[in-house]
Amino acid sequence: MAAVITTPRQKTGWGTANFVVIALALIPVLWMVSLSFKTPTAVLDPSFIPKSWTWSNYTQILKTSQFIRPLINSIGIGLISTFIAVALASMAAYAVARLAFPGKGVLIGMSLLIAVFPQIALITPMFSIERSLHLFNTWPGLVIPYVAFGLPLGIYTLSAFFREIPWELEKAAKVDGATPLQAFMKVIAPLAAPGMVTTAILVFLFCWNEFLFAISFTSTTASRTAPASIAYFSGSSQFTVPTGPIAAAAVVITIPIIIFVVFFQRRIVSGLTSGAVKG
Amino acid sequence: MAEIVLDNVTKRYPDGSLAVDKISLDIADGEFVILVGPSGCGKSTTLNMIAGLEDITEGELRIGGRVVNNKAPKDRDIAMVFQSYALYPHMTVRENMGFALKLAKTPQSVITEKVEEAARILDLTQHLDRKPANLSGGQRQRVAMGRAIVRDPQVFLMDEPLSNLDAKLRVQTRTSVSRLQRRLGTTMVYVTHDQTEAMTLGDRLAVMRSGLLQQAGTPKELYDRPVNLFVAGFIGSPAMNFMGATLEESSLRTKIGDLPISPSLRQALEKANVGRQVIIGLRPEDFEDAAIVPAENRGFGVTFRVTVDVLESVGSDVFAYFAEESDLSAHSDQLADLAADSGAADTAGSEETVTARLDAATTLREGQEADLWVDLRPMHVFDPESGRNLALEATAGAAAS
Repeated sequence: MAAVITTPRQKTGWGTANFVVIALALIPVLWMVSLSFKTPTAVLDPSFIPKSWTWSNYTQILKTSQFIRPLINSIGIGLISTFIAVALASMAAYAVARLAFPGKGVLIGMSLLIAVFPQIALITPMFSIERSLHLFNTWPGLVIPYVAFGLPLGIYTLSAFFREIPWELEKAAKVDGATPLQAFMKVIAPLAAPGMVTTAILVFLFCWNEFLFAISFTSTTASRTAPASIAYFSGSSQFTVPTGPIAAAAVVITIPIIIFVVFFQRRIVSGLTSGAVKG
Repeated sequence: MAEIVLDNVTKRYPDGSLAVDKISLDIADGEFVILVGPSGCGKSTTLNMIAGLEDITEGELRIGGRVVNNKAPKDRDIAMVFQSYALYPHMTVRENMGFALKLAKTPQSVITEKVEEAARILDLTQHLDRKPANLSGGQRQRVAMGRAIVRDPQVFLMDEPLSNLDAKLRVQTRTSVSRLQRRLGTTMVYVTHDQTEAMTLGDRLAVMRSGLLQQAGTPKELYDRPVNLFVAGFIGSPAMNFMGATLEESSLRTKIGDLPISPSLRQALEKANVGRQVIIGLRPEDFEDAAIVPAENRGFGVTFRVTVDVLESVGSDVFAYFAEESDLSAHSDQLADLAADSGAADTAGSEETVTARLDAATTLREGQEADLWVDLRPMHVFDPESGRNLALEATAGAAAS
């Protein structure tokens, strides 16, 4: 650490700065929570804490299949995409981190290219492809693009983790009689587990939050995911904006994210490799 | 148990660099062979090729009579101890040691029995259920050894297994490695850059430099009859002293005086046709305080006068250091390599320090002129170009005739 904060002045300064940043990040979230508990008539009420609390927004969205079904779609599509992406990415990342093979530079370059490619540019061609392959408005229709865009993220994160695992462990496993697959499954993968969990969380969050593909490649609740479904919420009449239900739905889809971070934070940080080498 | 034969084994990397150049070495069943040399000499690469962790570019490797060039490590029946120990951090000591047996589908009862026996030998019984992270350096090293011995392999390979231990523990562990090898009687190939470790442990040493095997032999052979400058300078501590010399009619002219040479050596030098400039090598123990050399020995050497710069007494011996103008490493790449290995290249100027090991009875004082005597019988004479030991050829010639 270069600078250690010691003086009271520094403490106050940094404390204020931290408070401002946290407030900026949290106030909209809290505002959303507040809105979700307000009655439809109180939506325009500027008070931060609702004057009268109601669960009606929640009961309304959880009663209809307009939101429940997309929630199931989100969970299903997210888990499947994450599983496939992490399984493929761990193998690819292992190769990138460990092996010298022709085309390695191209592979890394391509995956970076995919990661930074503007997704909006792909919507029209992908829409045509999905239509002709009968993937439009199906789970695979979203799983495939999610895996494609989750892979670069996974390869980058995981190869960093694999690089930190001492190569000698793998040599030791080989000498101990392991096939390359056994060495990977029994020695490397358990050590890379924190990395895989981290990657899985990142990929899942990407799938969970994704909106553009979800709204473009779905037409019914058969495959529409939760974020996309919110766009289709309607008020009690065509003249009312469904602000309360939207806020409630937003809170519902935020909860898993908070749970993930709270549960896995330590797992992400903990390193399993200590003791593998001297020190 | 098996013998290992390296037959012109070569390792060339895809970028064309040559790591190991046509090494040929026969390692007998049950023998303890040390591959020794400075870093980058190819000794670890050679070990990795024996293990099957690196491909062999050319040549043939046979273990127990079978060619194993294209066999995976798991099919070679070898066990290896790594410099970093490479213990599996997510497994307990017990699981670490039993991992190979588990992969070989050995029944659990046999695994337990073998692991516990190895733990007993290595004094690890009370640590069996701990993770490597909770062990000390010495304990981790023993677990690594245990992982190798539970398997009863045909061959043990060790890649600098002691270099991560502190000096005191290293000496203790060295003895236990030696005892373990005798007890098991398994062929062992051991890599180290430390010549003291190599000399004390091995039945036989193979000295390597820049991918080439320089000489293989027992510690005594290498010490007494080094084939070239590099081996002569690498083996022995303190190292052999080298001085430039000019060949005269019946002597070698050096900074410490004219050294008479025997007719057979003279003949060998002429036959070698290396010119008049040579390098002589004298071990520190060949020197003695002239005052305490027994009269009957005096004739085997010469007495010369120098100013002793530094005297170090270690109780049993006294080390005397004196400087000599020289720029030998500029003339021989083997000496330059040695200097780089010992770190002398960074410190030495144009002066070469000569080390003499004297009897503790000496009365010499620092900074004073003194008469030293040097025994010329074990003197080595090297060709500065090729580094060849020409004295060796003289004695070989004398023995043949």
